[in-house]
Amino acid sequence: MNSAMISGGAMPADSAISVVLPSVLQPLAGGQSILTAPAEASVTVEWLLNAVTGDYPALSRRLRDETGAVRRYVNIYVNGNEIRRLQGLVTAVAPGQEVLIIQSVAGG
Amino acid sequence: MGRMANAESYVLAIGTKKGLWLATSPDRRDWSLSGPHFLMSEVPSIGIDTRDGRTRIMVGVRSEHWGPTVFHSDDLGETWNEPENGAITFPDGTDAALERIWQIHPDADSRPGVVWAGCEPISVWKSTDGGEHFELNRGLWDHPHRSEWGAGYGGAAAHSIVVDPTGEKVHVAMSTGGVYRSLDGGTSWEPRNKGISAYFMPDPNPEFGQCVHKIAADAAVDGRLYAQNHHGVYRSDDDAESWESIAEGLPADFGFVMLTHPRRAGTAWVIPLKADGERIPPDGKLAVHRTDDAGASWKRLDAGLPDAEYNAVLRDAASVDGAEPAGVYFGTRGGSVYASADEGEHFTEVASHLPDVLCVRAAVVSAALLPARP
Repeated sequence: MNSAMISGGAMPADSAISVVLPSVLQPLAGGQSILTAPAEASVTVEWLLNAVTGDYPALSRRLRDETGAVRRYVNIYVNGNEIRRLQGLVTAVAPGQEVLIIQSVAGG
Repeated sequence: MGRMANAESYVLAIGTKKGLWLATSPDRRDWSLSGPHFLMSEVPSIGIDTRDGRTRIMVGVRSEHWGPTVFHSDDLGETWNEPENGAITFPDGTDAALERIWQIHPDADSRPGVVWAGCEPISVWKSTDGGEHFELNRGLWDHPHRSEWGAGYGGAAAHSIVVDPTGEKVHVAMSTGGVYRSLDGGTSWEPRNKGISAYFMPDPNPEFGQCVHKIAADAAVDGRLYAQNHHGVYRSDDDAESWESIAEGLPADFGFVMLTHPRRAGTAWVIPLKADGERIPPDGKLAVHRTDDAGASWKRLDAGLPDAEYNAVLRDAASVDGAEPAGVYFGTRGGSVYASADEGEHFTEVASHLPDVLCVRAAVVSAALLPARP
């Protein structure tokens, strides 16, 4: 059962973490731009992604491959820093924080 | 068997580096083009499944950002469906991730619902539900040679899957790795490359490791296969036990395309390129070459093709339909697409200036499926 909720739900801001999706991925999340997971304490990015994409497997596949690795041109920002420059998927995210998912500049 | 032209029409699906276009025609000469679908995603594989009273278009789509997936449409592209959990995903324990779907191959009419897929990393998959869910072929995945298979310039791909009418004999070609054969429906596999050159290896005649670009089966001769190799055009008359060159009479033995006639014995088409190091039509003159005698001789076919063309035609950017006479279709990396309603004797341009064409597939469909034409 997914614990993700639509942003603006009943959870106080300091007991939830929001994940902001780029517009191109929003149709895969039922049209939502922000997915929110309850968190009383810090969690990892991996836990957060599992929580918010649990009900949206097609969205999950866009972000990570079958091995769990973040796709090469998917960038995930915590406090303005891309997680590859932090601790990757085990980067900690605190309640009240917002995580941004942005596709990188790529292609031709 | 011939088709009734007044009751049927034709669909041509064009997969490119930046999306999918669909063309429809009542006569294979006058085409209506729609698209792009999946703009900015590459479409390297298409399967059109006309079995079971339904026309299903399956496409392997790959976004540089969001990865690969399979969509299907049962209404000629009006709507697309993606199975929620993905049609092709590597199972737990393989420690592998799907990179690209290179081939989507509907099986014989006698096995409706069965669809094969060839993928990168090198792997073969089989669906029994019309392409909505595929199972990894473990026999090939666990093959002791797998760690020695390499990647061609375009990636490590299982790109050709040929299944005989019984369903027991299955041939797969991969770049690089060569031809592998199963005699038990895909349970076990052995390399079958005797006679195919691998000039780029220290031993030019290895058991496996060849860069076979495409294989196709003769429609009417059991055990006969044709191969376009990375330099070399070959035929086998013994289920790939041995291969012999049929390149004599062609202007070059390099290329990617190998097509066979849907019904007639001995007929195949190739589209030669000058060489590995010069991947252009010989002398910049684009031509299809057809044999009607299993490779003993070749006929150059260029009516309707441009005077000068310097773009290559990739392995799956060519197709035949099932009509009588057979239609022949291909697209270039320069985004031009050509169709012939007479087995290659004359071509007309279906589209031009599209992104690089990666895959085309054509089929005869009920005219009732097509939108009304003005």
